[in-house]
Amino acid sequence: MFPFVGLGDDMSAQAAAIPDINELIRPEHVHGSVYTSEALYQAELEKIWYRTWVYVGHTSEVPNANDYVLKSIGPQPVIMTRDRNDQIHLLLNRCTHRGNQVCVFDKGNSRTFTCPYHGWTFSNTGQLRGYPFPSGYEGTDREELGLGRVARVAEYKGFIFGSFAEQGPSLEEHLGGAREAIDRLVRNSPEGEVEITAGFLKHKARANWKFLLENETDGYHPQFVHASIFSVAQSGIGDLYSSDSTAVARYLGNGHSENDLRPEFRRLDKPLGWFGTSAARMPEYVAAMNAAYGENKAREIMIDGTPHTMIFPNLFIAEIQIFVLQPLAVNETVQHVTALQFKGAPEMNRRLRQQTMGSVGPAGFLLADDSEMYERNQRGIQVRDPEWVFLGRGKNRERRDEDGFMVGDATDEVPSRGMWQHYRTIMEER
Amino acid sequence: MALNRDTDGLLSEVTQFIYREARFQDGHAYDDWEALWTDDGVYWIPANGDHSDPERDMSIVYDNRSRIALRIRQLHTGKRHAQAPRSRLRRVVSNVEVLDEGGDEIRAISNALVFESNLRGDIVWASRNEYLLRRVNGELRMARKTVHLVNNDKALYSMSFLI
Repeated sequence: MFPFVGLGDDMSAQAAAIPDINELIRPEHVHGSVYTSEALYQAELEKIWYRTWVYVGHTSEVPNANDYVLKSIGPQPVIMTRDRNDQIHLLLNRCTHRGNQVCVFDKGNSRTFTCPYHGWTFSNTGQLRGYPFPSGYEGTDREELGLGRVARVAEYKGFIFGSFAEQGPSLEEHLGGAREAIDRLVRNSPEGEVEITAGFLKHKARANWKFLLENETDGYHPQFVHASIFSVAQSGIGDLYSSDSTAVARYLGNGHSENDLRPEFRRLDKPLGWFGTSAARMPEYVAAMNAAYGENKAREIMIDGTPHTMIFPNLFIAEIQIFVLQPLAVNETVQHVTALQFKGAPEMNRRLRQQTMGSVGPAGFLLADDSEMYERNQRGIQVRDPEWVFLGRGKNRERRDEDGFMVGDATDEVPSRGMWQHYRTIMEER
Repeated sequence: MALNRDTDGLLSEVTQFIYREARFQDGHAYDDWEALWTDDGVYWIPANGDHSDPERDMSIVYDNRSRIALRIRQLHTGKRHAQAPRSRLRRVVSNVEVLDEGGDEIRAISNALVFESNLRGDIVWASRNEYLLRRVNGELRMARKTVHLVNNDKALYSMSFLI
């Protein structure tokens, strides 16, 4: 779109020194400038986006040898490739000669990328294969001129993460308590795999990425932000986030959090109730699940449903879809969103797409309103007084669960409080 | 609005229909707009270029008739925050062509430029619109409307008004 005028869109971008993070984050409050400071945003890129594990893409997006797809880590474009030996690479889209983009197509199949400027050719593993008129490069070490790459690449059950840091915690250490969410997700497929095959909607909001991150597991907002759709559509979502709900908000450590809706689904005890349907309406899926897991286990899976989990900093598994957050500026964030597809469950997959298309994206029944809130929040937070955001909801009743995770009631702000303490820790690292 | 097919011809009738639709949309005349649809209407706004398949790929909107009705009901609640306050809209529709006519059905296309002003700021949306129109009790109705946004492959801000 062409934003002719950015009304009320004060960047308030102090290019000053990085604010002292300890001054900005308290146990139940954060200072408004954490959402508006340009200096802090630049520090976040270095300390979070270009250091910790960030979700990039899914193996099913490059199913065949030599497939590639353009992805990103924050503002950095990344080419995710599968080489002929089925190895996944995360390459940086910059020719090592003079910095031109080597790939401008969203996806494709190619063993090589040729820079259009001077014809340098790179393999999909990143190596420089050759340059025209090589006599001019006598004595040059081609080995040193391979494409830049994301230093570490790791997969967990099809989900590919990248870290620009050569060293650091392993992906499994980083996922920690959130790893189980991916386990819980994939077992909803009779083949134990999800696929990302429907392409992404790219929905932009003029707001800081942390407003989106925090909203993903904010169980307090649905009844208000989504009142319009809940009042006209048959939806059980509102009840899951009421003050009577037995669902819990849980902080999983390392910035990750979830709204665990299983207590409600188990109370209702209805297979596929989590998906707003019933076993009787999905006979082929139920048969496939029974065959794969046995009737008892399948019933348990179909009652519990899929997770509602935010994996810090950018992967939100939202029951039937995933969102991938991409900050582009301190006040500009893109949400890439697509329907999850359960391998071996064609009967479910159309419904997963249809419900996702109705709910999310620029015109979505839910997400247009969430995004409206993000943008109003970004404008509101720049008002001078009060300077602080209050995140104390449920402090009086938060408790440790049997696994040691902090939990609160469905509408409590346990996830935000936990995320900010993690944020402070990693932002303080040298 | 009474239309005279004999004097204005089919192109004029189709053009007048499209202008009227644009007026209803700009004026947030939701019920009037909804009444333009046939009972099996499909409202489609594809994403990611010109070759997507709504039965396989994500679309910005892929509403069957009951979902069109739901969209209208949501707008009527007054709590559709993305439209409260409502966007101020003005659109220009042009390049109307009738591509095909057979039986009761007419295939037509137009170009549209929509200026939207809302709390975020001001924005221009550009599209090629494809219509499948059907004559129902003598009146034209939309059986399918496809809005091909020029930039549907890029990240878009919310688009919560009727386009």
